[in-house]
Amino acid sequence: MTSASEHLDPALRVEALASLLIDRGLLDQATIETFVKTYEQSVGPMNGAKVVAKAWTDPEYRARLLADGTAAIGELGFKGPQGEHMVVLENTPAVHHVVVCTLCSCYPWPVLGLPPNWYKDPAYRSRVVREPRQVLREFGLDLDDGVEIRVHDSSSEVRYMVLPERPAGTEHYSEAELAALVSRDAMVGVANVAVP
Amino acid sequence: MSHGGPSYLLDSAGPAAPPRDNGELVFAAPWESQAFGVALALHDAGRIDWEDFRQSLIREIADWEAAHPSGEGWSYYECWLRSLERLVSGTGLVAADDLRARRDELAARPAGHDHRHD
Repeated sequence: MTSASEHLDPALRVEALASLLIDRGLLDQATIETFVKTYEQSVGPMNGAKVVAKAWTDPEYRARLLADGTAAIGELGFKGPQGEHMVVLENTPAVHHVVVCTLCSCYPWPVLGLPPNWYKDPAYRSRVVREPRQVLREFGLDLDDGVEIRVHDSSSEVRYMVLPERPAGTEHYSEAELAALVSRDAMVGVANVAVP
Repeated sequence: MSHGGPSYLLDSAGPAAPPRDNGELVFAAPWESQAFGVALALHDAGRIDWEDFRQSLIREIADWEAAHPSGEGWSYYECWLRSLERLVSGTGLVAADDLRARRDELAARPAGHDHRHD
C-alpha cells in the first residue's frame, strides 16, 4: 500500500496534499492560485529587460546596479522571493558570463520569472560547467576563442543575472525599444542581444 | 501568456533541450502549477522555511540523478512534489499516514472521475 501510493499519478498526490492542508486550515486555494497567476502572468523576463535597458542608458544606474544588484533592481520595484542577494555580471568584449544552478534551480524570480525547463535540466546543470563553450554553441552562441567564459553557480546566497552588451547600431533607441531587444536567454548568458 | 497548453514540455529532457522564447509555458500541467503554488503559499503563511524546502529539493534532485544516470524520465516538478511531501510530513504539518490515507481515498473514487493520467 505504502509503495503503491508513492507511485501514484502526481496529479493525485498534489491533490491529496493540497486538500489535506486546506481541510486543516493551513492553506487556502485562493492563495495558491494567486501565486500561480502571479508567476504565470506578471513576473517574467520583461522585468529584467527593463533593468538592462536602464543600465545601458543611464551610467549612474549601471554603476549602482553593478555595485549592489538587489538595491538597484529594487529601485525599479522588482523585489520578492528569490530576489535577495542579486549580483549583476557585466559582459564585455573580453569576458562572457553564463549562469547555472548546479544543485537545484536557484534563479532570480523578480527579474526573470520562473526558470525555463532547460535551466532545470540535469544536462544543462552539469554540462555548462564542464564544457561551457560547447553548450553555448548548442544554444546558437558561437563565441570567439579569445573570449573568456565565466560560469557562475547561483545559490540561495547569491543569485546572478547577466548584463549583456548593448548591440551596435542602437544609439538612437529609446529605453523601451532597447528593453524589447533583451531576451531572457541573454540575461542568463546563453545568448547575446542582437538587433533584429 | 497562455496556459493550460499542450504537455509536450513535460519531458523536455535530452542532452540539450532547445532554448525557447520568452513566452514559454511556465507549467506543463495543472498539477505542476498546483505543486508550485502549495509550496509558495505554505512559505508565505510561515508554515515552511524556504531554505529547508530548498535543501529538501536539492536532496531529491541529487537522489534522482544518482538513480537515473541517463537522465531519462526527468521531471523537475516530481522532485519538487516529493521534497514538498517529505518536508510537510517531516515537520509534522501533515502525518505521512494521513497523506497516504487521503491518496488512497482519492484513488478509490469511481471510474469516470476526471483525473488525467498522462
